[in-house]
Amino acid sequence: MSAFILRRLFQSAVAVIVMSLLVFFGVSVVGDPVYMLISPDMPQAEIEATIKQFGFDRPIWEQYFLFVKNALQGDLGNSFIFAEPALKLIIERMPATLELALAAVLMAVVLGIPLGVYAGLKPRSAISKVIMGSSILGFSLPTFWVGIMLIMIFAVILGWLPSTGRGETVNLLGVPVSFLTWDGLTHLFLPAFNLALLKISLVIRLARAGTLEVWHQDYIKFARAKGLGNRRIVFVHVLKNIMIPVVTVLGLEFGNLVAFSVVTETIFAWPGMGKLLIGSIQTLDRPVIVGYLLLITVMFVIINLIVDVLYSILDPRVRLADRGA
Amino acid sequence: MRPYVSVVAGALALGVLGGAAHANTLTVGLAAEPTSIDPHFHNLSPNNSLLTHVFEPLIAQDAQQRHQPALAVSWRPISDTTWEFKLREGVTFHDGSAFNADDVVFSFERAPNVPNSPSSFKTYTGGKTVKKVDDYTVHFMTEKPYPLMPNDVSTIFIVSNETSGATTEDYNSGKAAVGTGQYKFVEYVPGDRIVVARNDAYWGAKAGFDKVTFKPIKSDPARVAALLAGDVDMIEAVPTTDIARLKADGKVTLSSGVSNRVIYFYLDQYRESTPQVTAKDGSAIRNPFLDLRVRQAVSYAINRQAIADRVMEGASLPAGQLLPDGFFGTSPKISAPAYDPTKAVMLLGEAGYSNGFKMVVHGPNDRYLNDAKIVEAVAQMLNRVGIEASVETLPRSVYFKRASTGLDGEPEFTMGLVGWGSATGEASSPLKSLIATFDKGKGLGASNRGRYSNAEVDALLAQALSTVDDAKREALLAKATEISMSEIGIVPVHFQVNTWATRKGLSYTPRTDEYTLVRDVVVK
Repeated sequence: MSAFILRRLFQSAVAVIVMSLLVFFGVSVVGDPVYMLISPDMPQAEIEATIKQFGFDRPIWEQYFLFVKNALQGDLGNSFIFAEPALKLIIERMPATLELALAAVLMAVVLGIPLGVYAGLKPRSAISKVIMGSSILGFSLPTFWVGIMLIMIFAVILGWLPSTGRGETVNLLGVPVSFLTWDGLTHLFLPAFNLALLKISLVIRLARAGTLEVWHQDYIKFARAKGLGNRRIVFVHVLKNIMIPVVTVLGLEFGNLVAFSVVTETIFAWPGMGKLLIGSIQTLDRPVIVGYLLLITVMFVIINLIVDVLYSILDPRVRLADRGA
Repeated sequence: MRPYVSVVAGALALGVLGGAAHANTLTVGLAAEPTSIDPHFHNLSPNNSLLTHVFEPLIAQDAQQRHQPALAVSWRPISDTTWEFKLREGVTFHDGSAFNADDVVFSFERAPNVPNSPSSFKTYTGGKTVKKVDDYTVHFMTEKPYPLMPNDVSTIFIVSNETSGATTEDYNSGKAAVGTGQYKFVEYVPGDRIVVARNDAYWGAKAGFDKVTFKPIKSDPARVAALLAGDVDMIEAVPTTDIARLKADGKVTLSSGVSNRVIYFYLDQYRESTPQVTAKDGSAIRNPFLDLRVRQAVSYAINRQAIADRVMEGASLPAGQLLPDGFFGTSPKISAPAYDPTKAVMLLGEAGYSNGFKMVVHGPNDRYLNDAKIVEAVAQMLNRVGIEASVETLPRSVYFKRASTGLDGEPEFTMGLVGWGSATGEASSPLKSLIATFDKGKGLGASNRGRYSNAEVDALLAQALSTVDDAKREALLAKATEISMSEIGIVPVHFQVNTWATRKGLSYTPRTDEYTLVRDVVVK
């Protein structure tokens, strides 16, 4: 077991190093940040002074080693346009994104499981067909378009919910959160729903497939033969068994929600990491882009590591050390 | 389903109450996010626009960029090389400290020297010595006569010398964000909002709102939706595709005005062979734009009115020179060139290109209003007169580098679209950067990517830049403009018209510098 974890840690380190190389060089061949930073009426001499100041005149490998040297000391460099540490900028915006992603996962569970189980129990009913039809829409409609439509319907036409921003926040254990205030909740609802839409559809499909499969298994028949009520069978025996794939998939999807909520955050002007990333890409704020992607890589590496370890604990059949994973 | 229903029902109640909560606050949807609260950190329009609420320069610019007394009450040249500024007395900073000459000296020393500044104010402070004469008199000295002193001085915000040693972080946190402006800084939440509140001790007309919140909403449709939903009271940079719709909406008032930004094409007119031009069969030919007649043909081939009407949906004004009519240094003799494809074909024939040639037209696709569409329209128009033009548009992060120094340090494109906004609000700014002969050492022609060059124009400009007499200088600038435009130094297409939208009951006085300033909001 410990040999496995050591090996995995080593592999993770290699993944992070390769990723840092790819990202750093990838970002450095695209465009020139100097022309994004300077005011256009600056004379050539000052443009060159700016290039020197940011070290763009040095060879790319030299810039990379400087970056690695600082990164090992926990310094991912200063943002070009904010002149603040990139890591600080990213972490500052992390609570907003985490809150959005958690709200989306919650919606996916709360809406997706009942709808999916219902569609699994009554596959032929008209309502189930509507549910499954809608889940296809949820999969195929572009997030951008859906977001704008949600704003148009709920904010502009009906006027029920605010269209933009994060709303009022309060500090919970030193972290600003918006779900504890009414204003914050109303601001949270639309973006979280927009982000959740795809996951809701996913959970519906998983729950339906699970229910269909489980429903015909012997232990359900046995439960019925024992005279248990439908309610108890569904809530105890079916739900318990379909939750395993749902939890596994949602766990992995959570990483995706955190890392790639870019579109939703942009449309709803949600002050999270995604909005920061897209702004940084547009202005070629390299330290922030590199810092963000590295952080996300580390996050995925850790999630995968935890999942693997948990599997071996939960299911003794998965013998990690032997699998040579 | 329960929580869902109650959230919606509650939101409904909130929406009904929300209407009355406007009272005396204003929420503004911005198209770009300022990068700092430090007024000397980043010379960038969104920053300068926002910080005008908190900080003031010695000289302010009104909606037409004309000079107005702000922290200085008067200014005049007292010799060829010295300008005297008389400062306003009885002004206090937001922290209660008094404003005097020491603050001016301190601010002009700090402005060019902010660490890690991505784009500093050195351009405006360079070559000037600031001297305190008494508490309310300051002298600005240069080595040579310098007529643009008021323009340059108007770009520098004055901060309190008691904040000496404050870093950019101290400004962002609010600790050092102490100005003399109509509004006091309250809060900056990066990515979300910037809040300011009325300064009751302001020396001039008091602010119209108790509290103003600025919200950056970069996505165009989302910004418009936020206005329609009532989440913001006004927005800047209304996308042209929404103008017609919003005009018909009774809940919204549109205000639009021409800006100081000219959209133009530069033509490579210095290289014997230019990168993206070939004969129609693909063989190499001499750069056709070295011939004035070919450049004129391009200008005649462009139907500027059609671009203004259809591509821009009315949000532009056909252009024939560097700034719209009425700006200092423009020539009343120049109007937008007429659309004349027949003449274009004739000129091409005279120049020996009756068979036309092949070329690529370049432009950015995320920088100016409808930039990529303009490039496409112009390429179509060139095809109509026999120039086989194809289009390549690029994101600005790639485009500007390649357009300026993409090919071994030389401009990479033969013909490219660019825009120029004159921060100083007069013609010397575009003449210096776009028209003057490229000269790194003198800092001239920095954005002259077609490398137009005419010694007479250079001489007129140099003379203008050392002529303190306004009337004489204006005539010199107009003359330089006339010559360079008749030689098609660049091909102006139009002046951008900017549009703001406000909720009913408010309107906005459009500004030529594209700034969104709360003091220009009119409450009906």
